[in-house]
Order: sequence, then C-alpha cells, then structure tokens
Amino acid sequence: MFHSSKTLGAILASTMLATSAFAGELVINTDTSDPAPKKAFQELIDGFQAENPDIHVTWNLFDHEGYKTSIRNFLTADAPDIANWYAGNRMLPYVSAGLFEPVDDVWDQNGLHDSLASAEGSMTIDGHIWGVPYTYYQWGVYYRKDIFEANGIDVPKTWDEFLAAGKKLKEAGVTPITIGTKYLWTAAGVFDYLDLRTNGYDFHMALTKGEIPWTDDRVRAVFAHWKEMLDAGFFIDNHAAWSWQEALAPMVQGKAAMYVMGNFAVAPLREAGLTDDQLGFFQFPVINPDVPLAEEAPTDTVHIPANAKNKEDAKKFLAYIARADVQTKINQTLGQLPINKDSQVGDDKFLQAGYQMLSSTTGGIAQFFDRDAPAEMAKAGMEGFQEFMVKPERLDAILERLEKVRQRVYK
Amino acid sequence: MASTSSTWRRNQQRLAPWLFLAPGIAMFLIYVIIPIFQSMAISLYQWDGLGEKVWVGLGNYVELFDDEAFYTSLKNNLIWLVLYLLAIPAGLFVALFLNQTVRGIRIYKSLFFFPFVISQVVVGLVFSWFYDPNNGLLNLGLMALGFDPIPVLADEKWVTYGIIAAGLWPQTAYCMILYLTGLNAVDPEQIEAARLDNARGLRMLWYVVLPQLKPATFIAMVVTVIGALRSFDLISIMTDGGPWGSSRVLAFYMYEQAFSEYGFRMGYGAAIAVVLFAIMMVYISGFLWKMYRDEKGR
Amino acid sequence: MFPTPIEKTAPATRIAYKVALPVALTLWLLPLIAVALTSVRSAGDINAGNYWGWPTEFHLLENYTAIFENTPIGQYILNSFKVTIPVVIGAVALSTMTGFALAVYKFKANLLIFFMFVAGNFVPFQILMVPVRDLTLQMGMYNTIPGLALFHIAFQTGFCTLFMRNFIKALPFELIEAARVEGVSEIRIFWYVVLPLMKPAIAALAVLIFTFIWNDYFWATVLTQGADTQPITAGLYSLNGQWVAAWHLVSAGAIVAALPPVLMFFLMQRHFIAGLTLGAVK
Repeated sequence: MFHSSKTLGAILASTMLATSAFAGELVINTDTSDPAPKKAFQELIDGFQAENPDIHVTWNLFDHEGYKTSIRNFLTADAPDIANWYAGNRMLPYVSAGLFEPVDDVWDQNGLHDSLASAEGSMTIDGHIWGVPYTYYQWGVYYRKDIFEANGIDVPKTWDEFLAAGKKLKEAGVTPITIGTKYLWTAAGVFDYLDLRTNGYDFHMALTKGEIPWTDDRVRAVFAHWKEMLDAGFFIDNHAAWSWQEALAPMVQGKAAMYVMGNFAVAPLREAGLTDDQLGFFQFPVINPDVPLAEEAPTDTVHIPANAKNKEDAKKFLAYIARADVQTKINQTLGQLPINKDSQVGDDKFLQAGYQMLSSTTGGIAQFFDRDAPAEMAKAGMEGFQEFMVKPERLDAILERLEKVRQRVYK
Repeated sequence: MASTSSTWRRNQQRLAPWLFLAPGIAMFLIYVIIPIFQSMAISLYQWDGLGEKVWVGLGNYVELFDDEAFYTSLKNNLIWLVLYLLAIPAGLFVALFLNQTVRGIRIYKSLFFFPFVISQVVVGLVFSWFYDPNNGLLNLGLMALGFDPIPVLADEKWVTYGIIAAGLWPQTAYCMILYLTGLNAVDPEQIEAARLDNARGLRMLWYVVLPQLKPATFIAMVVTVIGALRSFDLISIMTDGGPWGSSRVLAFYMYEQAFSEYGFRMGYGAAIAVVLFAIMMVYISGFLWKMYRDEKGR
Repeated sequence: MFPTPIEKTAPATRIAYKVALPVALTLWLLPLIAVALTSVRSAGDINAGNYWGWPTEFHLLENYTAIFENTPIGQYILNSFKVTIPVVIGAVALSTMTGFALAVYKFKANLLIFFMFVAGNFVPFQILMVPVRDLTLQMGMYNTIPGLALFHIAFQTGFCTLFMRNFIKALPFELIEAARVEGVSEIRIFWYVVLPLMKPAIAALAVLIFTFIWNDYFWATVLTQGADTQPITAGLYSLNGQWVAAWHLVSAGAIVAALPPVLMFFLMQRHFIAGLTLGAVK
C-alpha cells in the first residue's frame, strides 16, 4: 500500500505539473471569499476570459484569514500566476525574498505611471514596481444616522463634539461604538486614527517604521485620548470575544451607534437590513487642529509570483485589471474606490463620501497599522491595543513590552 | 537460483523481521524521528522560512527565557496538565454510573461516548457559542439566576479554564469508556467476598475496585497527559490565543510564531517546540520505563 | 459487579436511577442538542435572538441544502475521505507487518525499535511541523492530498505498531511453531497463519484511525490550503469565518462534518472500543 500510494502521489504530481505547464492556463489565487469581493472577482475573471478565449483561468479561492499564511507557502512551493495581496510594507518580505516579480514593464507599456500615479509610491520598493493596485477604500466612522437623529446629535467634527455625542448616546442607552477585537486588527484602526489625529501622518509613519520609542510622550498622548473614550464607556463590552463581523450585530440591532471601520463593512450592514437612511459615514473627528488631516486607505493589489509558470498571460491579466473600465466595474461590485484616475467612482453614497474625503486629503494616506509596521511589531502592537482597551491601567507595562519588541524587531 | 532460495531458507528467520519492518521504519524515520532532530537544529538558527538561515546558537533560547508570552504559555500548559487530569475521576464517575444492566443501557453508553467521536473543531465551535457573552446558554443561565454574565473567552482570568472545560468534555468520555471496559473485567468473586466483609461504597471502590482498574487508570493517565500537552485545536478555534495572548499554550505559541499571519520565525518556533518536546519526554520516558518493566516481567 | 446492580436495590433507588439516566444524558449532550436544534432554525430565529428556545419553524431541508449549494462543503467532505481512506489502509498495512515482526521474532534491536515507534507516537506535533512541511514542499506534495496522507500514514504507524504488536503477542505462538516445523516460509506464515487471526485487530484499528484522521485539524492547516485539498475540519473553520452570525448554517455544517465518524462509531462500536482500550484490559 505504501508503494501504491506513493506512485499515486507521483502520478498526481506529474499530471499536475503537466496541466500547469500547458500554455494558456492562468492560475489565480485570491482571498476574496466574502460575498462582494467574490462576485467582483468572478466578474473580473469572466470579463478577462471573454476577451482572451484562448486563456483558461483556474481560480483558487482562499479563506480571507487563512490566506495570510497560505500565501507564504504557495509562493515558495506551488506558485500561481497571479496572487492578490496588499501594498506598502506588507509586501516587503516577499519582495526582499525575491518571491514577487517586478512588473515595471507592465507599467511602462500600459501608461500606468500616469493612470495609477496615486499608488505608484506604495507599489515601489528598491526602485522597482511590484504589482498592480486595483482598489482601495476609506476608513472612518460608520454610524446609525437614525439613532443620531433620534437623539438630536449632529455629526461630530471635533474631539469634544465626538465625546459629547458619545455621552448623549450613553444617556439614551446606546453604546457609542461597537468593535470586535478577537482577531486584533480592528483595534489598530482606532489606534491609527487616534495617532494620525493627535500626532499626524509623519509621526505615525515614523512610529510604524520603528523610529520612535513606544514609551515616547507623544505615544502616551494617543493613549490618553483613547483612555478618555474608555472612561466614557465608548466601546461595547466583551469585544475581545468577537470577530469584526460578529460585532456588526449590535449596530444592526441598534444597541451600538458607530463603528470605526473600513468601507467593506457597508455591504454586510446593508445585507443585515440597514437602509441608507439609517446608515451614514463621517470622517474621524479632529483632535489636534494643527495637524493636517491624514486618512487610512488600504490598497489591495495583484502580483505575479517569481515562480509563476505563465508570466506572459499573467502580465496580460495585470494590464487588464489596471484598465479604467475594468477598475470601474470591479469597484462597483466591491463597493470600493478605483485607483485608475480615469475610472468612474460608483454613485453609492459611501463611495462618493470616501472619494471626496480621500481626494482632498492633504495630510497623507496610511495603509493600515499591520501593513505599515512589520509583522512582528504589528502583532505585538495590536495585542497591546486590545489589552489596553480592556485593562487601561496596564498602559505602562504594555508600552514597555512594545518598546522591547521594537528594539528587537528593527535592529 | 537454487542457492539463493536456500540462502533465504536458511536465514529467513533472521531476515524476515527486517523485511517486514523496512517500510514502516523508513516512513517513521523520514516523517517522525529525523524531523525531531531537524527541529532541534533549526532552533539554533534565525530563519523566516523564505530566505537564508542565520546561525544564532542558543540565541532563540536566550530570548525565550526573557519572553513574557513564553511564561504565560508555560503556566497555561501547567494548568492544562493539572486540570485535564480531572477527566480521569470524572470518567470513572460516569463509568460507575453507567455500569448497570438495565434495558437500553448500551445505547446510553454509546451516547455518553459521543463527544469523543466528534472533531475538536466542532467541540470548539459549540463551546464558543455556549460561552457567547450575549446569547450563550451559560450567560443566559447566569443572568436567569441573577448573576452578572461572564465573558469567559474574553476574560484573561477565565479563558484558559473555559477552554479546558470544553476539552474535558470529550476527554471525560474517553476515560469513561476505558473504565467501563475495565469494570467489565473486575473479578466478581473478589467483590462478593469484600461484600461479605462488609465493605461497600467508597471503601469498596478504593480498596477493592480501583486496584483492579490500574491498567485502565494507567492508559487514561497517558492519553490525558498527552492530550493536555497537545491542546492546540480548541485554542485555535475558540480564542486564537487571546485575549491578548492570555490563553496561549506552548503548542499554540509555537504555531503562532512559526506559521501564523504575523509569525514566520521558524527558528524561534522550533525552540519553543524543543522545550515542549523536553516536557513531553519526561512522560514518554516514564511510559517507556513502565513498558520495559512489563516486558521484562513476562 | 460494582457498583451494586440496580435490580438488587430498593424500588425507590431503581426508579430514581431510571429517571436520572435520561436527565444526565440530556445535560451531557446539551451542547450538541443545541447545535442540532440550531441547524434547523430559520435565519429569522437567529436574528431575533432565539438561540436556545424551540425553533419557530423547521428549516431542515433549506439549511442543509443551502450549505451544500453555497459552499464547497461537499468538496471538503470528499477531500476528507480522500485523505482518510488511504491512511487507514496504509497505516494498517504497514503496522500489521511491523507488529508481526516485533511480536514474533527475537532479535537484539527488537525492543529498541518497538520503543522508537511508541515514543514517536507521543511526541508533540509541533516538533515535527517545520521539517515535515519543508519535506513535503521539497517532494512537490505540498497542498496535495497524497502529501497530507503520506504524513498521516507514517505518524499513525507508531500507534498502530504498538497495538498490533501487543495483539499478535497475545496470539498462541504454537500455531507459528507448528507451521515452521512443517516448513512453511515466514512470509506465508504471516499471510496464511497470522493475518487471518488479526481480523478483529485490523477492524478495531481501522475504525479508530478513521476517526483520528477525519478529525485532524492541525496537520490539515499545516499541509493543505484552499477548498481543493483541505479536509472538512479545516474547511469548517474557514466557513465559520464566512458565515458570520449565520449560526444556523455553521451548525448544519458542524453536524455534516461530525456525521461520518459518528456513523462509523455506531456501526463498528465493538471494534472501536476494543481499539481504544488497548492494553487497558489484559
């Protein structure tokens, strides 16, 4: 049996090699398992297929969380021809390990330096461009408009107004903000905004690049603002038990009124029955008026792995996904913003709000804590944020721990 | 031709065992024994699984002994080890309860055994749900009794105990079945004799029954300790190590460091695995020693 | 018999016992009963917060059809079978041979090899993880079902050898002696004398290994990825992420995932228990 199962394995492996060597087969791995992204990619691939009938696309769909570990494995072992990933520091390990293919030629030949100019910086490492961005989305505060109106609350523009709004909500028996921190990263969204509003973009970038000690007073100032929110009972209880999706429920049920989130939260909120009259979006309020407003807008990208077997067609695919009309369409389904400057932004009100906010942003655009900071620092940091949200009295110990990690990670 | 067959005939009793053993040993060496030593070697390097390995000597171990998360994991491992053993008396209790001959008892026994057959993934999902702070049965019950709800999986004080309780469910079923089989083999004459001597209840259990259940207790002990040290699935499903890493055990911490989204420190992970292996080795040696004595004894 | 048979006790105790049995069972299986009930709830019940009460409507067909139609759960289950069945056959085949060799022949390294299998069977998975993954990568079998199955076969050989060796040791050795006297070759002794006697052990191991492998989660996450290769345990976890608050679907998925080993257990109960209690009763 040992022998037969081994030969079976060999046959299987060889047939697999045979099929992937077959010209015209394009293997795409993505993590777009949530309904809207899944549909968007289905349409994208169908469209590509229609224009290139001789290319046969094989699409492997991964679970969103699992993908983050899977990608390392398949980039080294069984590389697809296309993989989706994220811009900024998040792609650095794969670029440094030589696992992504530079695609400067795709950019040169298709005029992407012009049409995707806004994202060129976050796609460039060591003077080369490593992929094609196809979408980005704003972060900010999503809120229950109807609950705000019922309690006579206006959209808060400043920190004091924000705290006052929370207080009114509390009095009405509504928890101001819902959040689910089981998988940690949601807490980083709050931290990022507090830091961007307190210290500004340049400081935030320096912090995530490891240039500033965590025990710095300016970092403490961020946590002091966070503490104000905690003291005022801004967040739902037991958030550490929930994923971000589970934390949508209190907002849908009207038990909580706001969510500091990315635009991808809109789709499930609508699906759960909230109408556009009930759901609104506002920019995270100003804390320090001297700091130019910076925003958080993570960019999603596609790359060609260095070990891809069909780079020819993969480049065709990159050129396709960079096109204005394609980006218009995919982002309409995603409910996100296109990178291509000639694309149409969907007329969805959240997209329009995001587009307006981001195109007028002067302070800078951050990717996200776990994309701007290296993995190990990100993990330790986010764990610290979660702990702080539940045990704010441990701030000193948390910051010292983060500082210890910083000194190790960036040396 | 004739001579080879006669060589085989003369030596077959010496050669046959190796023939039979070869495939099994080969597979086991490749996949189990050699990797143990490879892991030990990797623990001396810094390696992200992608680039080149960098020799750091005992650097990973030095870092480990200055790592809060390592001590948290170690502490939780101890809690697991101790509390998981509760499965043994609990299993014995259930077994005694079910060791009757009333009608339908066989069905009862199988149904009680049920939790062990189910995957830990399912057990983990079921229990995270049971513990849900808002709608979980546990907290609905607590609130009905007028207590405050306990967010078991979001509270660093409770989380490890909550997960262990989930683990005890299938493990108790396992121990139960071991004891049920053991009880079947208890010598009825000794029981009757003890009854005549007026031994009953707990005294009977302690002095007459338990000594006869020793083999069952031994196996229960072994599988429970191993199970406790292998606790990974439930933690991964129920809390992902949180809140803020307070439910980690070594097995989980190793995975987190080596393979998770923010990990990929293969060398450091391997060092954690080596520590876990060392702990496990204590038990394995004990087990082997007992087997060795048994073998020599017969 | 201990404890005292219930028939010999006072009538009150007897009645109490008969009442206690179903009550205890219900409590014991409460989490599972809840899952089973939830798996037939409607989405309305879930949204209304009716998680533990009686379902207002029964959506048995709807929910179970939904998971097969909208998710790759069918594929996951097929993968589980594709991993589990070869492992059962492979591990049992290897260990009948190793068990036979270690039980029947006396040679110097015998106990040492036996102990290697036993000790290896108990090592923590984590110490194997990094090298085994690398090995599988190098063989080009990463993220393939044979890659996962080969590891399982090798690892399970440890436990199976322990089991088989003890089983064969308990067989009457005279049978083998007699065959040798008649000049039967060792291989024929294995095939015609010992193997037929091992049927109960093979059955016991087969069910046990089936359950172990079916329920494996750890190695599935280490060696496979994506719906094409992952077995149901890992699949269920990814589905859990996708079906957020759709607990009726998660429950239906959990029930489907649990079904094959449960059926196996009920069909082969005697063998299963014989396998688990190995050595507990000599």
